[in-house]
Amino acid sequence: MARNQPPGGQAPVVQRVRIRYAKRGPLRFTSHRDFARAFERAIHRAGVPIAYSQGFTPHPKVSYASAAPTGVASEAEYLEIGLRERVDVALLARALDAALSPGLDVLDAVEAPVGGSLADRIDAGSWAVELPGVDADTARRAVAAFLAADEVPVERLTKQGRRTFDARGPVASLVVRDAAGVSAADGVPSEVAAAPCAILDLVVRQVTPTVRPDDVLSGLRVVAGLEPPSPPRATRLAQGTLTTEGEIVDPFAADRAQEAIGAPSA
Amino acid sequence: MASFESTARAHTPACNRGDPAPRGRVRWHVVNVASVFPQLERLLPLVSKPIQYVGGELGAVVKPWDAAAVRWVLMYPDAYEVGLPNQGVQILYEVLNERSDVLAERTYAVWPDLETLMREHGVPQFTVDSHRPVAAFDLFGISFATELGYTNLLTALDLAGIPLASVDRTDEHPVVVAGGHAAFNPEPIADFVDAAVLGDGEEAVLEITDIVRDWKAAGCPGGRDELLLRLARTESVYVPRFYDVDYLPDGRIQRVVPNRPDVPFRVHKRTTMNLDEWPYPKKPIVPLAETVHERYAVEIFRGCTRGCRFCQAGMITRPVRERSITTVGQMVKQGLEYSGFTEVGLLSLSSADHSEIGDMCSGLAEQYAGTNVSLSLPSTRVDAFNITLAEELSRNGRRTGLTFAPEGGSERIRRVINKMVSEEDLIRTVVTAYSNGWRQVKLYFMCGLPTETDDDVVQIARLAHEVIKAGRAATGSKDIRCTVSIGGFVPKPHTPFQWAAMAPPEVIDHRLALLKQAINADRQLGRAIGYRYHDGQPSLVEGLLSRGDRRVGAVIRRVWEQGGRFDGWSEHFSFDRWVDAAAETLPPQGVDLAWYTTRERDEAEVLPWDHLDSGLDKQWLWKDWQDSVAEYEQDDCRWTPCFDCGVCPSMDTEIQIGPTGRRLLPLTPVGADASGAGAVRHGLRVPD
Repeated sequence: MARNQPPGGQAPVVQRVRIRYAKRGPLRFTSHRDFARAFERAIHRAGVPIAYSQGFTPHPKVSYASAAPTGVASEAEYLEIGLRERVDVALLARALDAALSPGLDVLDAVEAPVGGSLADRIDAGSWAVELPGVDADTARRAVAAFLAADEVPVERLTKQGRRTFDARGPVASLVVRDAAGVSAADGVPSEVAAAPCAILDLVVRQVTPTVRPDDVLSGLRVVAGLEPPSPPRATRLAQGTLTTEGEIVDPFAADRAQEAIGAPSA
Repeated sequence: MASFESTARAHTPACNRGDPAPRGRVRWHVVNVASVFPQLERLLPLVSKPIQYVGGELGAVVKPWDAAAVRWVLMYPDAYEVGLPNQGVQILYEVLNERSDVLAERTYAVWPDLETLMREHGVPQFTVDSHRPVAAFDLFGISFATELGYTNLLTALDLAGIPLASVDRTDEHPVVVAGGHAAFNPEPIADFVDAAVLGDGEEAVLEITDIVRDWKAAGCPGGRDELLLRLARTESVYVPRFYDVDYLPDGRIQRVVPNRPDVPFRVHKRTTMNLDEWPYPKKPIVPLAETVHERYAVEIFRGCTRGCRFCQAGMITRPVRERSITTVGQMVKQGLEYSGFTEVGLLSLSSADHSEIGDMCSGLAEQYAGTNVSLSLPSTRVDAFNITLAEELSRNGRRTGLTFAPEGGSERIRRVINKMVSEEDLIRTVVTAYSNGWRQVKLYFMCGLPTETDDDVVQIARLAHEVIKAGRAATGSKDIRCTVSIGGFVPKPHTPFQWAAMAPPEVIDHRLALLKQAINADRQLGRAIGYRYHDGQPSLVEGLLSRGDRRVGAVIRRVWEQGGRFDGWSEHFSFDRWVDAAAETLPPQGVDLAWYTTRERDEAEVLPWDHLDSGLDKQWLWKDWQDSVAEYEQDDCRWTPCFDCGVCPSMDTEIQIGPTGRRLLPLTPVGADASGAGAVRHGLRVPD
């Protein structure tokens, strides 16, 4: 007996919206599952007319692009939702942002076209990785050794067990910036402000298995013995398609262009 | 919200931390009220589930330190995932933070992985709201739902840098106040707490706050001792240090008496009347981390007079005070809008007993029909009426499982415990459930009850077989199941069983084995019956802590020193550690583990909690204990005459029940509601 389903099933999706959000400061310790629960509650708090999947246990129509790991901050997380009623996208972004805890912040929203997926617009990401207690010269030597290698095998414990894979191949660029210890993401002075703090600017292509900042750090340890004295702080700064010039194209750019041409208005 | 700001080290007076103009003679010293987050943050990548330590939840309140005259830190002494949903802490947190000059923050037990790192790096016990050190607060309130949190109290005190022993604390330390049901016998932790409050906390915390505020404003006259004396004079705050316990040569208590003038002989429990005036939580704390309950919970009434003789909660929370149907409806509406939860729990000790439960369930079901909100009614008795309620509540959802608690397997033992459920009732109820589409029914029982025989326990198997047979006959289907879940009985203070002997763990384990055999003796029926139980050992330790006196404090301390933590978790609990600690510390004091647990007490014995007044007349409790052994049942005073348990006259309270005759009105559909402050077009709400 499918009591969950009103006669005729769930209301259809009439609008799809793509959302960019940030995971900042202490809330970078939110896991993907934690965020997903918080986001579903935010949908209810904000009264968003979310559409549900068909079936015995309907789920809200929310799909996520690859999520930053727990403990890693991000300025560029993406998701897409399906709505059963049309809404004003800017207002939706404001309502969802207000409904989420400060630190989980909705930054941008755009109406998505019919067909095509967010995943098609994302094949690379850029990261800033702070290395408190590591001076820039040490970091540069390690990076040079890493980039000189054809392959840097690293190990990580995944859900499937311990896996070994190449951390070098997917790295499109890796440069060292010297900066005083201020977090790139949230401007919060960290405890180690006075200490040297090299920052790695990293661009990685999204492949399987995913190479994450901690894998690149493992690689730096493997090739150059780099061992940061304090836990590094990583922030994802952007995701999108990587051009041959090494730029990352905003995944909303195409949607924006379509809007400008005159997509259906709310 | 600047929840993680760093504040500078503050040089503040001993008692008037943050008070700009301290008067009187004050010793100055450094109290560091800066956020410890920068130090903690470095440890978080190294521990499991770091999100539980960062705060930032919806509903969390962060107030400026210096603007508060009185500062509380509230603790539920278990892991965040268990402690966060606790109603008691959430209610007090909100009640306190609603006062403009009061600040309340929360702290929870940290897991051993973080504890080790905190010790290594000198990070103190912290609050999750602002990451302030626990030692910097005026009051440290700990809510004990169970005695198994005692070792976690010691960890928190130690990590906070607060001396474990109350006598070693000075004016600079917070006043440590215990509450919760276990506080009705705080004697085992009397050495570690400064005070204990019995009963409802809503008004008690405000009264304590007023006393602390006045004392601080007057320049802390007389120091900590004077403050504790002022609290004790209320006659509803128990300050153990003001009482001496004398023992007889055989180990029993001779007497418990005040050791100074102006302290009452007995301390009375608090009772909050008119629950409609206390509609908390209004803004529930919504965690980011996964917790054991993710729902908006509303107490539909407090207290219970069903009179189950094992049930401490039912005895110590009398009289029954209902929240009206309309207040419940309003709380559910606001609670869901605020939190974004999709599950509502209608809580109480026996929810189907609310005088307006039928209208409440059908009204809420109607209001939330067609939404994804699910309603649940935990703690229901064995009663066919509950199936009707459950049908209403499951309109939106699936009929996954129903739970009933007959508690005893034989008619005889159910008379002993006053459960007042016949086998016929039980089978009819469960069959009704199966016939109405439920496939799974869970039945709760206890093992180790007073006067229990092997046969009383084996009868549980027969009952389960009958349930399956009747269910198969009624539904014509083999696709029905029941799960038999067995808990160990622990005699509790302020109940008719407070005098009873516990059965030794070997006896419990033997009966559980017999029961398992009996369930599987009929394979056809046995395969439809699930069997869950806990062995008898943890119950024995609970028994020691529940009915212990001050001498048991040495056991708790020894266990903690030996690494005891999270005793409510089977993977952390060590029975041997408790047995060894008891063997080490109790005999020198003339008693032992068995003396506290498997020994029956007689009427004349002074019990460790006799000076703590739950309102129940000790003579009535004794009579009910005798009635129990005689298998005489006592009906509920809500529908039969008063049986003189003593609570209402001694506490000056009364039963507060409906029906009010009111109904829940249909909710305005989302989208049409443009009246609220945050309402916008398209039905979107921009929450504050």
